[in-house]
Amino acid sequence: MTGQVLLYALVVPLVTAAGVLATHRWPNVREAVSLAGGTILFIILAFIAGNSDTIPELVIAEPVAGLALKFAIEPLGVAFALMASGLWVVTTIYSIGYMRGHHESHQTRFFAFFAIAIASATGVALAGNLFTLFVFYEALTLSTFPLVSHAGTALARRAGRTYLGILMGTSIGLFLVAIIVTWQVAGTLDFVPGGILEGRVSDLTAGILLALYVFGIGKAALMPFHRWLPAAMAAPTPVSALLHAVAVVKAGVFTILKISWFTFGFDMLQGLHVLEILQWIAAFTIVAASLVAMTRDNLKARLAYSTVSQLSYIVLAALLAGEAGFVAGGLHMVTHAFGKITLFFCAGAILIATMKTRVSELDGLGRSMPLTMTAFTIASLSIIGLPPLGGLWSKWLLFESALAAGQVLFLAVLAISTLLNIGYLLAIPLRAFLKPARQGEVATWHEAPVTCLAAMAITSLGCLALFFFPDAITMWLDRVFFMAEGR
Amino acid sequence: MSLLQQLPALQVAVPLIGAPLCALMGRPRLAWMFAVVVAWITFAISVALLEHVLDAGPIHYTMGGWPEILGIAYVIDPLNALVLVLVSGMAAIIMPATRIGINVEVVHRARHLFHTMALLALAGMLGIAITGDIFNLYVFLEISSLASYALVAMGIDRRATRAAFHYLVQGTIGATFILVGIGLAYMMTGTLNMADMAARLPGVSHTAPVQAALAFVLIGTAIKAAIFPAHSWMPNAYTYAPSLVSAFFGATATKIGAYMLLRLVYSVFGADYAFGEMKIGWVLVPLGLAGAVAGSIVAVWQHDLRRMLAYSSVAQVGYIAAAIGFANHDGLIAAIVHVFNHGLMKGALFLVMACVIMRLGKADMESFRGLGRRMPLTMGCFVVAGLSMIGVPATVGFISKWYLVSSALDAGLWPLALVIVGASLIAVIYIWRVVDVAYFTDPPPGARDEAPAMLVIPAVVLCALCIVLGVTTDLTVGVANTAARLLGGAP
Repeated sequence: MTGQVLLYALVVPLVTAAGVLATHRWPNVREAVSLAGGTILFIILAFIAGNSDTIPELVIAEPVAGLALKFAIEPLGVAFALMASGLWVVTTIYSIGYMRGHHESHQTRFFAFFAIAIASATGVALAGNLFTLFVFYEALTLSTFPLVSHAGTALARRAGRTYLGILMGTSIGLFLVAIIVTWQVAGTLDFVPGGILEGRVSDLTAGILLALYVFGIGKAALMPFHRWLPAAMAAPTPVSALLHAVAVVKAGVFTILKISWFTFGFDMLQGLHVLEILQWIAAFTIVAASLVAMTRDNLKARLAYSTVSQLSYIVLAALLAGEAGFVAGGLHMVTHAFGKITLFFCAGAILIATMKTRVSELDGLGRSMPLTMTAFTIASLSIIGLPPLGGLWSKWLLFESALAAGQVLFLAVLAISTLLNIGYLLAIPLRAFLKPARQGEVATWHEAPVTCLAAMAITSLGCLALFFFPDAITMWLDRVFFMAEGR
Repeated sequence: MSLLQQLPALQVAVPLIGAPLCALMGRPRLAWMFAVVVAWITFAISVALLEHVLDAGPIHYTMGGWPEILGIAYVIDPLNALVLVLVSGMAAIIMPATRIGINVEVVHRARHLFHTMALLALAGMLGIAITGDIFNLYVFLEISSLASYALVAMGIDRRATRAAFHYLVQGTIGATFILVGIGLAYMMTGTLNMADMAARLPGVSHTAPVQAALAFVLIGTAIKAAIFPAHSWMPNAYTYAPSLVSAFFGATATKIGAYMLLRLVYSVFGADYAFGEMKIGWVLVPLGLAGAVAGSIVAVWQHDLRRMLAYSSVAQVGYIAAAIGFANHDGLIAAIVHVFNHGLMKGALFLVMACVIMRLGKADMESFRGLGRRMPLTMGCFVVAGLSMIGVPATVGFISKWYLVSSALDAGLWPLALVIVGASLIAVIYIWRVVDVAYFTDPPPGARDEAPAMLVIPAVVLCALCIVLGVTTDLTVGVANTAARLLGGAP
C-alpha cells in the first residue's frame, strides 16, 4: 500500500472544482460533477479508513529543511474527513434545490469554491504535521471567504471583511507564532502521540503556547474571537450548513483536539496552570453564547451563536486533557455536525419557501411545512441531548469526563447550557406547530423543494442512527491511543 | 582562454556594450528585439555562473589578468550569484513586455532611448553585484543610478520629472555617502580590493576614520535600499515611472541596496566589527521594523495602487533590514531569501499594474472595480502575488517570514516576532481592500477585456514562481544557506 491514495483524496475535490468551472454552461452537468466528486471522495476516504493500518505517510515537498508538506492518517482525522465529505454529498443534493429555488447568482463560482473548501478541509484532516495543517487551515479560510461575500452586497462584503480579518488575524498573529515557537523549542512539528513538547519547555512557555494555540485557532470560535461566525451567516445557507456548522468550525476544534494530544500530550497539559483559566473561558463561552442565542430573532444568527456555544463544548472536552474527554469531544464533533447541518438545512428551506428569516415570523409554519419542521425538531432534540438521538451520547460522555476530572462545576455549566438549548432551540418548533399562523400568509407557503427535503431526511436519520451506534465512533476514536509510537 | 572562463566579464560586458548599440538602432522595434536578446543572454550567463559557483565554489576573476590587488577583481560567491540571477532574470522576463508597454507609458520623445537606458541600468546593477573591488562598485552604482533617474523621468505623467529629480537628489546623496565611506576606508588601508581591505581593516578598526567609514556606508546604502526613514524617494518614483520600470526596479533596485549592505558589512568590515563592536544591529532592527509597520500602515491608505505597492516595498525592505540586523544565521538566510522572493512578488504586482494601466489608463482603486470579471487573469495574478505578500503558506512570502520570525526568536527578541507578524497582518488589509473591490463590486459596463498576452504572460510566470519556489526551496533557501555559511554568519 502506498501513500498515494492520500493525495487522491486531496486531488479529487480540486478536480471537481475544475470540472465545475468547465461545465458552467450546463447547470445539470455541473451539479452532477459536484455529486460525483463528493461520492468519489467519500469512497476514497472510506477506503483509507478501511486500510488505515497499512497506509504510510506521504511527503509532497520540503520547503524548509526538516519541515515537510506531508500527510499521514490517524483515526480522528479520518473521522473528520469522512464526516465532511459525506455531508458534502448531502449538501450538494440540498444546494441543487436551494440555489435554484433562491435564484442565486454566480452559482458556478459558488460550487467551485465549495469544492476547494472541501479539499482544504480534507488537507487539514489528513495533515501529517502542524505545518501542513496550517497550510490547509489558511487555504480553508481563503477558499470560504468568496462564499461569505457571495452576495456582493455592502452587508455581505462587510461580513467578508470581518470573517477574513478575524480568521487571518488570529491564525497569523497567534497560531503561526505558536507553531514557529514550537518548531524552535521542539525541533519538529510532527504529530507524535503523547506530544513533542514534554521536557523541552518551561511551564510558563508551555502555558503561553497553549493560550496562543487555543485562541489562535480562531475557527474554534472561542470568545472573544467568535465574531466571524455570526458574520459568516451572510453566506448562502448551504455554506452556513456545511462550512459553518461542519467543515470550517470543525476544522478548528479538530485542530485543538489534535494538538491537545499530539503536540502537548495530556500529562503535560494537566501540569499547566493556564489550563484551568482556558477551561473557564470555554465554559464562559458555552453559557454566554447560549444567552446571546436566546436574544437573536434572526434564525441563522441564533443557530450561529448556538454553534459558538457547542464548539466550546469540544474545546472544553479537549482541555479536560484526558482520553475520555478526547473521545467525547470527537463524538460531539460528529453528533453536533449532523444536528446543526439539519437545522441549517431547515432554515434555508424556510427561507426559500416563505422568505422568512426571523423566528418571530414562523408562527403556524408547522402546518405548511410539516416535514421541514419535523426535521428541525429532531435535530433540536439531538443538540439538546435527548434520546433517542445521537446528541445524548456525546453529552453523556462529556458529563462523565468532566466528573472524572473532578470538575463538578463544569457539570453545572453543561446543565445550564442544556436548559438554555431547550429555551432557544425547542421554542422554534413549538411556535411553528402550536401557534396559529397570522392571517393571509399561509396561502403562499409551501413545503421545500424535494431535494432539500431529501437532504434533511438523510441528516435527521443520521442523528437517529448515532443514538443506536455511537460505539462505532467511540471505538474508532479510541484507536488514537493504541497507535504505534511514531505512526 | 575559453569563452566559459570569461563569463564573469561577459556578465557585465554584454549589457554594457549592448546599451550603446541599442541607441544606434534607429528603429524602436529593432532596439527592443536586440534588448530582449541581450537580456536573455545575460540571464543565461548568470544561471551558468550560479551553477558553477554551487558546483565548484567561488570564482575569482581578474580583469585583463592583472593581479587581484592592482587590477579589478570580480568575485562570485553564492550570495551575489543569486542576486545576479534575480536581476538578470527579472530583466529577461520583463524586457519582452516593453514593446507594447512603452507605447502607453513612456513619453514619445524618449521612446527610442528606453532600451538603451534599461540595458545600462541592468549592466550597472550586475556590476555592483559581481565586483570584488569597492571603487568599481561605486562606479557601477553611478551607472545604474543615472540610468534609473532617466528611466523614471520617461514616465508619461508630468509628475514623473519631479519624481525623477527627487530620486536623483536623494540617490546622489546616498552615492556620495558611500563614496565618502569608501574614501575613508581607502585612506586607512591603502587598498580598494574588498578581500584585501577586509584583511587590513581589523588592524585599524578602532580608529575614527574607519568608524566613520562604516557609518557613511551604512547611511548611503540605507538610502539606496530605501530603508525607513530614508525611503522618501521611492513612493513617487515608483508611482510615476512607467509601470514596467517600476516592476523592474521594485524587484531589483532596493535589493541591490540591500546586497551592498550585506556585502560591505560581511565581506569588508566584518560581522564581528559591525555587529559586535559598532552595534549596527541597534540601528537596523528598530528602523527596519519601524519601516515594516509604518510602510504597511501608510500603504493601507493609498488610493493609487502603485503608490500602495511602493509603500509596501518600504515595509518589505524593512523586513530585510531587520533580518540583517538580527545578525544570526537564520536572519542572514531570511535577508537573502527575501531579497529574492520579494523581487518575484513585487515584480509580479507591478506587472499587474502595467496590465491594468494598459487597459484603463490608470491604477487607482476606482479603476479596479469589478476587474475580477473584466481581467480575470490579471486579477488572478494580483491575488496570488498578494497572498505571497501577506505570507500565506505555500507561497514564497511564507518562507521569508518563517526565517525572519525564526531569526527574531533565535535572537531572543520574541516581542519583535510579534511585531513582524503584526505587520504582515496589515498586509492582509491593503491587499484585501483591492480584492474586495475587484471581485465583489459590479463592474462598469464593458466586456471581458484582458491585457495583451505579452504583458500578462510575464506576470503569470512570476506568480507561478511565487508558488513553485514557495514549495520547493532548493534554489532560494539552499543557496542562501550556503551563502550565509560562507559569509561567516553571526558574530
